[in-house]
Amino acid sequence: MEYNMKLTPDEVEILNGSKGEVMAKMMQTMVKLGDIFGAKRMVEITHDGHIVTSMGIPLLKPLYRTMQEIIDAGITSKWKFTADPRPIDYENVKCNVLDKVVFSKIMYGKQKEYEEQLNKVGLKSKDAFSCACYSPQMNNIPKQGDILSWAESSAVVYANSVLGARCNRNSGMIDLFGCILGKVPEFGLLLDENRTANWVIEIKTSKKPEAQILGSAIGIAVGDGVPYIKGLDKFIGKILNETNRSYLKDMGAASASNGAVGLYHVENLTPEAVELGEKLIRKDAKTLVIDDAYLQKTYESYPILWKNKDAKPKLCFIGCPHLSMEQLNTWTDLIFTNLIKNGNSQVTCRTIMTTSPAIAEEFKKTSQYLKLQATGVKLTSICPLMYLNNPLTHKRPIMTCSNKLRTYTAARFYPEQQLLDIITGKEA
Amino acid sequence: MADKTFYGRVLCSGEITGEALVTHGGLNTLATFQKSALKNAKEIIGSDQNNPDLYGKVITGKILCLPNTIGSTTGGMVLQTVCSMKLNPSAMLFANEIDSLAASGVILAKYWENSTMIAIDKLGKEFLDYVKTGDTIQIKLDGTVIVKRM
Repeated sequence: MEYNMKLTPDEVEILNGSKGEVMAKMMQTMVKLGDIFGAKRMVEITHDGHIVTSMGIPLLKPLYRTMQEIIDAGITSKWKFTADPRPIDYENVKCNVLDKVVFSKIMYGKQKEYEEQLNKVGLKSKDAFSCACYSPQMNNIPKQGDILSWAESSAVVYANSVLGARCNRNSGMIDLFGCILGKVPEFGLLLDENRTANWVIEIKTSKKPEAQILGSAIGIAVGDGVPYIKGLDKFIGKILNETNRSYLKDMGAASASNGAVGLYHVENLTPEAVELGEKLIRKDAKTLVIDDAYLQKTYESYPILWKNKDAKPKLCFIGCPHLSMEQLNTWTDLIFTNLIKNGNSQVTCRTIMTTSPAIAEEFKKTSQYLKLQATGVKLTSICPLMYLNNPLTHKRPIMTCSNKLRTYTAARFYPEQQLLDIITGKEA
Repeated sequence: MADKTFYGRVLCSGEITGEALVTHGGLNTLATFQKSALKNAKEIIGSDQNNPDLYGKVITGKILCLPNTIGSTTGGMVLQTVCSMKLNPSAMLFANEIDSLAASGVILAKYWENSTMIAIDKLGKEFLDYVKTGDTIQIKLDGTVIVKRM
């Protein structure tokens, strides 16, 4: 294989097959990827991985075949990894018989087998399944400057922006290859020059913008650009805390799924913006002003894919990406108090909140969980996106306040307050 | 109207003449391909509700002209899977430098699936401004792309 990168003797040996055909092919893939982007070398990764493929969809034959090749070759991952959420939880996300047949036999028929493969290759622990792997409870928090081999668009943008780690928007498979080889090609967001902002976003709204709509507006406008966001610290503060981390998680996820944002800077708040300030802004950066009208227009642009646009929602998902502990507590209080205010004891629309297995376990030990149970809301650790990929769900009026979920499914997006009003039975 | 020629960087080479399908917005790979792929359909019909250029249109076998791809990081693997199912576009012509997800998909498809899908990037903004869905496109081994319009 011809290549332009400067490889170490060890890397060349692997490429030439010293560690077997499978390792050679993985190295070949990474070197080719590096060459496309002008990488000069491979660099060591410095923290555990996160992989996007957690679902046993039989469709992904190349994935299972490759995993098996890796296992058969006796290869295990140099860096352990967490993975995106599991797709099924019949206990908390009730399904009818037909749904179960579709999920267990057709959609995710290879789940058990695939989880066994993940365990053999290097899953951190048996419940290491969450898109928000960077929560303290999930114990996969890189530090500033760490080089990562992660995928999952919402996790990558969080790691780059909020934690100051360095990671490209890797694809599924590439994330795993990086963890196994312990190295990734050095290009893109791994390099200082590509972490500068080519967009300035000026927030001029009358109140704190809803994270999911703001992220969507930014993603649609900048695509794969790097935005430097001014005026947001006025609403969410100048010091990172659990509340604004949750906000940034949701905003980033929307920007990454509605566009392709891998890194953003929030003036006076995110680590590189605090350190370098406006030095991060490129001279030729474009400017976009986001005000109330801009956000409203963005929201109104979302197509409604329900068959009957006037239908009453039958199911509601909150938590894509997975909710943080702070969000779980906040939603519990909001639902509880609004139910009382509206004269109801339980949610009037079946509602499911999603969080990581580790947060769910911790939350279930608190009195807040009893409160949540009293409202009739169910708590699960599945990926709602995978649940809604079931073709049977396309016909149902399902709502969400997640822009990522809206983008990839037929779920209808509602702003948080409106969604809260609906599930707590507020009269129109 | 005369033919118009563009030159790009060859990522996966090949020669083909076919019909253009153009998206001016970024191609959301997962949102576009997932519905047909999950149904094990005989061809991919664009299912991204946010992309009116591709929504409801047949993508399999077309020469897909795009700025780059956006969305979920499953993108590359989805592209690889679609290529393994032989449901892929016959070529992907990127106006911009290819993005990391599409590049991964193209490489995974070539090296792990022996896919023959052609990929060329850096064709320039002018290419995407000029080419229209339904145009005939000729692609040469060296990355020359000729848009033929009657």
